[in-house]
Amino acid sequence: MNRPANPPMPINFHANVRRVVANPVLRASFRGAMDFLTAKRATQFPDANAFETLRAQGEQIRQYALSRLPDLLEQLETNLTRNGIQVHWAQTPDEACRLIIDIASRAGGGLVVKGKSMVSEEIELNHALEAAGISALESDMGEYIVQLAGEKPSHIIMPAIHKTKEEIARLFADKVPGVEYTNSVDELIQIGRRVLRDKFRDTRVGLSGVNVAVAETGTLCLVENEGNGRMCTTVPDVHIAITGIEKVVEKLEHVPPLMTLLTRSATGQAITTYFNWISSPRRDGEMDGPKEVHLVLLDNGRSTAYADERLRATLQCIRCGACMNHCPVYARVGGHAYGTTYPGPIGKIVSPHMLGLEATRDLVTASSLCGACGEVCPVKIPIPDLLLQLRQQSQGHSKAPQLPGAGSGHKTLQSIAYRLFAGLYSRPALYRIFGLLATRLRAFSPNQQGAWTRSRVPLRPAGHSLHERMKSRNGAKVK
Amino acid sequence: MSVALNEVRSYPAKPGDVYLFGTCVLDLFDPDAGVSAASLLENSNISVHYPQDQTCCGQPAYTSGFPDAARQVAARQLHLFAENWPIVVPSGSCAGMMRHHWPRLFEDDPALGPLAASIAARVFELTEFLLHVVKATWPQTGANERVVLHTSCTARREMGTHLSARALLAQIPNVELVLQDHETECCGFGGAFSVKHPEISAAMASDKIEAIEATGAATMISADGGCLLNLNGTLEKRGSTLRGQHIASYLWQHAKDAA
Repeated sequence: MNRPANPPMPINFHANVRRVVANPVLRASFRGAMDFLTAKRATQFPDANAFETLRAQGEQIRQYALSRLPDLLEQLETNLTRNGIQVHWAQTPDEACRLIIDIASRAGGGLVVKGKSMVSEEIELNHALEAAGISALESDMGEYIVQLAGEKPSHIIMPAIHKTKEEIARLFADKVPGVEYTNSVDELIQIGRRVLRDKFRDTRVGLSGVNVAVAETGTLCLVENEGNGRMCTTVPDVHIAITGIEKVVEKLEHVPPLMTLLTRSATGQAITTYFNWISSPRRDGEMDGPKEVHLVLLDNGRSTAYADERLRATLQCIRCGACMNHCPVYARVGGHAYGTTYPGPIGKIVSPHMLGLEATRDLVTASSLCGACGEVCPVKIPIPDLLLQLRQQSQGHSKAPQLPGAGSGHKTLQSIAYRLFAGLYSRPALYRIFGLLATRLRAFSPNQQGAWTRSRVPLRPAGHSLHERMKSRNGAKVK
Repeated sequence: MSVALNEVRSYPAKPGDVYLFGTCVLDLFDPDAGVSAASLLENSNISVHYPQDQTCCGQPAYTSGFPDAARQVAARQLHLFAENWPIVVPSGSCAGMMRHHWPRLFEDDPALGPLAASIAARVFELTEFLLHVVKATWPQTGANERVVLHTSCTARREMGTHLSARALLAQIPNVELVLQDHETECCGFGGAFSVKHPEISAAMASDKIEAIEATGAATMISADGGCLLNLNGTLEKRGSTLRGQHIASYLWQHAKDAA
């Protein structure tokens, strides 16, 4: 078995699931939110053929970029540097946090105001900043709510989707000084906005994610709806952007198809309210903009996925969240149950290379392989196929290069069960005897059949198998 | 060679002979559906050959991460279809395994690889075969009836045969097919998923059942035995009187009633 030096503990997915499934309010709230998002997306892709054409283009752009990833990253670094953007490489979350803490400390920032960035969640930046004596303030409304509550995002696009309006109202009244309880959405937004405006003015360091980095021009693209992203990247003296190494494309012309797919798939918008193109720090003679721009490029297992021909497809992801919005499992358990930064179908296929297969062993099995995720993925990641691959690796049955923790899903009883299955179902004569016994002894079928009978009646064979009945018939005709 | 997913399939002319691959689920738990499938084909003057050495497509092991066990089982089926006849499978899930996953399972095997690929090209799910190849039709029979159809995810997304089941039912003049809320959503079966993640599976099944019951239809049909094991087992446990029926049994009953 291939284990990392200190493998993270397996995520207690089953216990998390039991908590959510037993909570009808939470379940109904997730279901309603997912229905809303899927309906909005559907209005943006009214024509199935047009969607297929567009997503084939998205897939090609991402696959092409990945096929040239090392070259494009070098080209990106060269062009960003030429534009005055400083590039930093981080192999691990710790390295990324240290780089950001160093930059923030040098800038004299006791406070970092953050735009929405899932990679910053992935490296648990807020904890690291706090440990270094630097405060972090989330400026995306959803992230701000989650931070006030001391929680983590439950969705990559809608971080606070697990919260009801009333819960948010109570949270604001409890945690924001001088705020009375109100459950008016408009007022709640205005409260958040007021708090954040003051902070933007005072802080020296802003942090953001990146949706696409363009190698040929050295440009960072960022989409958002609240304007907080533009504030974070333009008002403070120093802007730090952080992203995964997979987010690069070669040409500027590759951006529009990807962003069209991203915003339509994510929030059902043809375009977001703000589309930021970050191409340099403030130039001589310019009145505004940051004096320094930094980009931190994070690996954290991505090069491991890259080395595996099949798992490489996980790096095509543009983080739209459509797979979780359409996932029947996500809709019932919500994002926190996964215990990973990225929940839902995409989380099941990207978390193994970040955390190893041991920590995520219950995630790769938590799918009925219904295929809804693969059907809506705007860059055609074959998510169900990749889950199959990861299940093989988890059982130690894959010929592909192994992820850390390969084989950790192995359970002796399960292996025996499948060995018995293979032995019985590959011996037709023996199988027919089994069928005869199972049908003749049907009255003796056990009433308790493990997890199956918790919500279902026991399986009981018919009186005669199809094998028997087909042997003794001479065709049927009614006309 | 492997068969592309969601391709537009061209169908052969009606043959004189077919193989029936009955599936392990129907073999033990719903043999009536298997016999009905054979009867529907025979009623259209097709000779049905049921190889007695068939067992299972191997999918349970395959989807659980045990490709060697799946290969061992699937390899035993590959020699059962020597004649160049269509292989009809009364399940979108098993047909999907045979048509799309067998070629991948044997892609590195110089002997069995080409055999698996040639078999894959001859695999047809029952409803697509009845609609596109047999071109079966049903005369008006009985009283008007509201029917709700549950489509398996493999039929919908891997085989693309959800529309053929729908089209077959739409041909029966007195049948009104009603839609359920969240029509395209999984029933929560997923093979081993149903016992590895029983809470999630049960939540999905109960939501599916509530959506089906809300249609008010007295008849529930599916073209997949796995979904029916899950849904019927849950319905019975809940004390509901509704039971799902395999589409083969339903159609054969109609054919007999019309005669």
